[in-house]
Amino acid sequence: MKEKTIKKNELANFVAGLLSDYQVFAPAKEEESLVLKEMQAEGDIDLDIGVGPVNTKKSIKEFFFPQKERFFSYDLTKPGEMEEPVLSDKKRVIFGVRPCDVNSISVFDAIFTSDQYPDPYYIKRRERTTIVAIGCNKPETTCFCVDTGGGPFSADGSDLLLVDLGDEYLVQVLTEKGETLVNGSSGFSEPKSGVLQKRDGIVEEAQKAIKSDIKIKKVKGWLDNNFDAPFWDTVHEKCIGCGTCTYLCPTCHCFDILDETKGEKGERIRIWDSCMYPQFTLHASGGNPRKSGKERMRQRVMHKFKYFVDNNEMVACTGCGRCVKYCPVNLDIREVLKQIQVS
Amino acid sequence: MNNPYLPIKTRIEKVIMETEDRNIKSFELSFINKEDEEKFQYLPGPFAEISIPGKGEAPFGIASSPTEKGVLKFSINRTGLFTEAIHSLEEGDIIGVRGPLGNNYPIEKFENKNVVIVSGGFAFTTLRSLTKYMIHEDNRSRFNNITVIYGARNPGLLLYKDELKEWGKRDDIDLNVTVDAKAPGWDGRVGFVPTVTKEVAPASEDSYVIVCGPPIMIKFTIPVLEELGFPPERIILSLEMRMKCGIGICGRCNIGEKYVCKDGPVFTLAQLNELPGEY
Repeated sequence: MKEKTIKKNELANFVAGLLSDYQVFAPAKEEESLVLKEMQAEGDIDLDIGVGPVNTKKSIKEFFFPQKERFFSYDLTKPGEMEEPVLSDKKRVIFGVRPCDVNSISVFDAIFTSDQYPDPYYIKRRERTTIVAIGCNKPETTCFCVDTGGGPFSADGSDLLLVDLGDEYLVQVLTEKGETLVNGSSGFSEPKSGVLQKRDGIVEEAQKAIKSDIKIKKVKGWLDNNFDAPFWDTVHEKCIGCGTCTYLCPTCHCFDILDETKGEKGERIRIWDSCMYPQFTLHASGGNPRKSGKERMRQRVMHKFKYFVDNNEMVACTGCGRCVKYCPVNLDIREVLKQIQVS
Repeated sequence: MNNPYLPIKTRIEKVIMETEDRNIKSFELSFINKEDEEKFQYLPGPFAEISIPGKGEAPFGIASSPTEKGVLKFSINRTGLFTEAIHSLEEGDIIGVRGPLGNNYPIEKFENKNVVIVSGGFAFTTLRSLTKYMIHEDNRSRFNNITVIYGARNPGLLLYKDELKEWGKRDDIDLNVTVDAKAPGWDGRVGFVPTVTKEVAPASEDSYVIVCGPPIMIKFTIPVLEELGFPPERIILSLEMRMKCGIGICGRCNIGEKYVCKDGPVFTLAQLNELPGEY
């Protein structure tokens, strides 16, 4: 792996230089939250905002798996005819993505790039995207990435990873796509002596700052044998089934396929859905295998920490903490997992 | 890259009202493009998503047999908005189909074995496909005795009546059609499916049994089969679940780590015994 450095005051130049060849997205403030926003002109997004301690409210999943995807449109007066959308192939850079979101890409790849049913929409968007990640010197109190196989500087899934060293960034060049970005700019230098040690210190300190202590293998071991445990009877009680956790989750990928029409025009769309909703599994006969909050909460926990592991050898959670931070009733998944691991 | 979400175009060639209550219709479709027909390869067991612009998609078991070239058949119970929309379609209408999806009955395992088909109500669809396939002249010699037990609440609710008559005349299939209670004009068998199964099923040695029907029928048939000595590895079921994508990723049809749409819909009882009872 190649490593470079770039002075902080060069960063804006580097990113602005990308605008001629790429669409560039970076975290920007919108009302009280950070969102990934498209940079329209040099300097219209203050890059320093995105490297602070706070992650974007929404994850990057919508860049590859938009909340609403049009498969085709049609005119009801012309049976059998359908028009497919033309997907953009404009190259784009997403700047300032956090390791938890970057790691979620492996989960999505496992689902949407299978040999049997590769998803053409997802693959096209992945191909045109380069990701510049930024490590987290100061993780939030809701972070638990170290427990789910990642870490505040985990680079898996990114093309470049930036580490904030104070007056400069150490830049880890992880892929060819990343190398293309670095080669196109004059702002990068070779790391001076002592820089890598400084990085190691920062990484260690950040990891230590994450106080969570979930033993993910132990959790899996319990889940393997406790589908019918009384634990599930009460753990869901607080949940109001709003689905916020699933919408903000960087790995949740459940969807529905439905038709929307207006007059004679219509379209077949894929739209995010949530396992927390009773209609999600409701049969036309009226039967429902996940009829109450108990079954739905169990499904969410089981899917992330057992079923997905059984099928893909990784947990479907990156420890980003959004579900903890934004749950309206403070149902903390870390507490659920801790209860499980002492069971 | 093949896009798994785009339906292929088919034309409704024939609509058959199957039942006296007028709730189940069969639709025979033809492929509009030859290459779609060639790609649509299946063995009995899978389902497909039927697609109607403006209404959406829903999964239905394929009732035709691959031996019926160029024909794709579905038998559809009118039960909600989407099936209501299908029932309003007519011969000549163009509709979409996405599939075949899911696995098929393990036919290679049935070779040189007795095969018992147990079915009730309108769940007979993919078993009609299987029966039709096995008794086809190209295939019949691959299997030993074929026993079909098929029941409905009353004679008016039986599907594929003309075909049942034909099968009844053949000596290479033991057909047992039964209804729940005596009915005017019915001179056939009367009795519930589990009871009839107990009477007519062959010895369980060297036999496979395939069961498909309403939950209550399955609940009472399984103990009968176990009593007859069928091990769970040779009891085969086809499951229904709410499904959408049909390719194992939209998240709603899983039982434990298995997806009914992709890993099923066909499972052995042995496989189901390993999974949580969430279905």
